[in-house]
Amino acid sequence: MAEKIDRYYQAQIETASGEELREIQSRRLIRAVKSCYENVPFYKKKFDEMGLSPEDIKSIDDISKLPLTEKQDLRDNYPFGLFAVGKEKIVRVHASSGTTGKQTVVGYTKKDIDTWSNGTARALVAVGATNEDYIHISYGYGLFTGGLGLHYGAEKIGAAAIPVSSGNTSRQIQIIQDYGSNILCCTPSYAVYIGETLHRAGISPDSLKLRAGIFGAEPWSENMRLKIEELLGLDAYDIYGLSEIAGPGVSFECRQKNGLHVCEDYFYPEIIDPETLRPLPDGLYGELVFTCIGKEALPLIRYRTRDITALTRKKCECGRTLVRMRKPKGRTDDMLIIRGVNVFPSQVEHVILSCGIEPNYQIIVDRKNSLDTMTVKIEMNDSMFSDSVREIESVELKIKAALMSVLGVSAGVMLVEPRTLPRSEGKAVRVIDNRKD
Amino acid sequence: MYINQLSVFLENKKGRLAKITEILAEAGIDIRALSIADTTDYGILRLIVDDPDKAHQTLKANEFTVTITKVIGISVSDVPGAFAHAMRLLEDGDVQIEYAYAFITREPGKAYVILRVNDREKALSLLSKAGVKIIKQEEIFN
Repeated sequence: MAEKIDRYYQAQIETASGEELREIQSRRLIRAVKSCYENVPFYKKKFDEMGLSPEDIKSIDDISKLPLTEKQDLRDNYPFGLFAVGKEKIVRVHASSGTTGKQTVVGYTKKDIDTWSNGTARALVAVGATNEDYIHISYGYGLFTGGLGLHYGAEKIGAAAIPVSSGNTSRQIQIIQDYGSNILCCTPSYAVYIGETLHRAGISPDSLKLRAGIFGAEPWSENMRLKIEELLGLDAYDIYGLSEIAGPGVSFECRQKNGLHVCEDYFYPEIIDPETLRPLPDGLYGELVFTCIGKEALPLIRYRTRDITALTRKKCECGRTLVRMRKPKGRTDDMLIIRGVNVFPSQVEHVILSCGIEPNYQIIVDRKNSLDTMTVKIEMNDSMFSDSVREIESVELKIKAALMSVLGVSAGVMLVEPRTLPRSEGKAVRVIDNRKD
Repeated sequence: MYINQLSVFLENKKGRLAKITEILAEAGIDIRALSIADTTDYGILRLIVDDPDKAHQTLKANEFTVTITKVIGISVSDVPGAFAHAMRLLEDGDVQIEYAYAFITREPGKAYVILRVNDREKALSLLSKAGVKIIKQEEIFN
């Protein structure tokens, strides 16, 4: 472990008092709302329909008066319909993968890039990165925000960004070894993949200079953290973000590993009940909603992220006062409803890891005779294998019982040959839902 | 006194047995006996080969889940009652048999039986005391 003292990238904001933060938030919200009303026809129409005037928003306390924005609204206004500035001010465009429908496109002004980079810079400093570090970035570079997001943050703090991008795992390892990469940034599933590849190549993590890792773009469990830390010999931290809001760095973990500090001076978070759409108090789990109070090009208002989490304003040991969100449990659209029971893939991952099994799994959902079935495919490994069917069956039974007790619904277990489940160098495909409604 | 058997995890998928036997053939491994325990989704292939260590390495390198299991091999006369005699010895000695499979040998009038038991040492002592011939790894390939 490096130095134990917590450092901040922007101490004034990161440790600001509640009052100071609210003052900044109120001022920025008023400005963002005004810009939306004046520059985005979609918002003007929405406000007018609700009989809401920008002048009705006098402070951050008025935020719940504002309308919600959905992903579909971005799609309906594809590609640039919700931009609040002219194209002469746009310096960058990113887009979501579009795996769940049409792409959503995000624009950035020069100042927006700076704002976003402050977020990733804060995240890097929070895990102990300094200007002497080599920051190994294995997130994809391109329309996806992961690569460039961390890259700009790394440059901001004066560290050396290594823009490896994703893929070619043996080259990644070569670079980690030869350049002495200190901080690894990628998806948690790719971190496991790199770790397994190291292990198979007989390379001890102790021989590497990796000290910390920043892993995001997928929800991941506490057990996964332990697994990654063991495989790679580093401290693993979560980072959160979504392209619609900016990209990674919207919130980040500090060394306490106990929730993600939200850059609430730029991105104001709320938790709502996804059914009633009413705001929920701190501590309760619900859908995370963001208002981009610190952005120019795409100042989304109360954007529904679909991520399920809870907020806490309890004091953090690191000294930051920025509100913390819990590690997201999953997404409302990842949530599987199996025979009426809500199941998140992250719960399945938690069970698998707690049974001491590698997190290489895939959930297959089907409907047989109008009954939902869920089967978890798990790769066989040496520790579970035996020459006796009886012994393998007892492992299967143990996993099934653990799934039943955690999920509250029965799930089948299917053991498959090692390294046959698809691995992704970006986001892992964890769920295949074959149900046709 | 034990025989090294390879145990391999195989999914019940088309072409897996062809694949694994081809890999062994390419490595020049000779298979003397095999048995498969199967369930709905997967099977365990058990193999007696001439070079278990090399076969183990080859299969590992090809991403198979494989382990070496120590089993007992006995030689019994190819006449009614010979195998029953050996089984009775184990039963009376309270040794449980997990699985067994047999194959004919080049030795005239003899069959070899592979046994996986819950207590290897006890089984070995019961059988050898009663004069049942225990076969060694190298004898299988004579």
